[in-house]
Amino acid sequence: MTMNETIMILGMMTLTFGIRYILLALADRFVLPDVVESALKYVPPAVLTAITFPAVLMPRGQIDITMQNAYLFGALAAVGAGCFFRRNSLLASIGMGLLVFFLWRYGLTLIA
Amino acid sequence: MKTRVKEYSRRSEFFSGAVKSFPLLLGAAPFGLIYGTLAVSSGLSVQAALAMSAFVFAGSSQFIAVGLVAAGAPVMIIILTTFVVNLRHMLYSAALLPFLKQLSHGWRIPLAFWLTDETFAVTVVRYSEEDSSPWKHWFQLGSSLAMYLNWQLWCALGLFVGEHIHNAQNWGLEVAMPVTFIGMIIPFVKNSAIFSCVLMAGAVSLLAGGLPYKLGLMVAAGAGICTGMLLEYHEKKKESILNKGESL
Repeated sequence: MTMNETIMILGMMTLTFGIRYILLALADRFVLPDVVESALKYVPPAVLTAITFPAVLMPRGQIDITMQNAYLFGALAAVGAGCFFRRNSLLASIGMGLLVFFLWRYGLTLIA
Repeated sequence: MKTRVKEYSRRSEFFSGAVKSFPLLLGAAPFGLIYGTLAVSSGLSVQAALAMSAFVFAGSSQFIAVGLVAAGAPVMIIILTTFVVNLRHMLYSAALLPFLKQLSHGWRIPLAFWLTDETFAVTVVRYSEEDSSPWKHWFQLGSSLAMYLNWQLWCALGLFVGEHIHNAQNWGLEVAMPVTFIGMIIPFVKNSAIFSCVLMAGAVSLLAGGLPYKLGLMVAAGAGICTGMLLEYHEKKKESILNKGESL
């Protein structure tokens, strides 16, 4: 490993760990303001959605709402199954989403 | 009918965390393979590529770093880019803060080191479940270790046999992540504030999709959070006006 590589990895490691740890490191020294506290419950749905939408609507970098986009139809199936089986939405979404995605992708090419 | 009270233990939480991460392990596989393959062609040494996976452990920034190495970018630029790409993790630790601040630093440090998009997702769902298990951090540990070992494995495979594996990006395994996330988002949507938060985050993520370094994700999440809070504030105000009206 060259000197440059070592510096690069040490730098990346320090900053990445710092970002992940700093709030946890200081948690005992401050109390979160009420506004922040009430904002936190929106973080998981907001972040997960912000990752999911581009992954299924722009899988190749541009918005793709066509029949060729298997990601989109897998995702729609996942939404449908998750809403229908609300009590067990996670398994329903994963199962149905994967099934429809792979059928759409490989089944359609078999027919065509 | 008797309802069975589920017994929780460190062990059951740990394994449950690893098992619940399974679809996300699959989803990470093609990225690990591609990272390994790209690392070889970028000119990074094998040791450095493995060390980056082992010590940095942040997929997107590893990808970008390898791209920048290939382009001959200066080390300082690579490090600063990593900082921007990984800033979103601060949002994750903020959201987990209420649950993690009870733990010792002996726990907080490794859990922070292993905090990824995937582990954040499965873990925040576990923490927000209403049972009183005192071992939920063992769930996070299980998910963390599963994601970590899985990532090392696929990166190493990509490095050593990547040239023989064709088109890992075209297998479609990466669809596992969005469908899993969809199944996680749905239970969160309990009221109109969270519903609008989700719609706004989704819409902005598409508009901001062109922004580099995962900045689109941050902008979209921020927009969603603000929308949810505004609506919540609005509803509370409406409610208090109604209540006042009744008491008159």
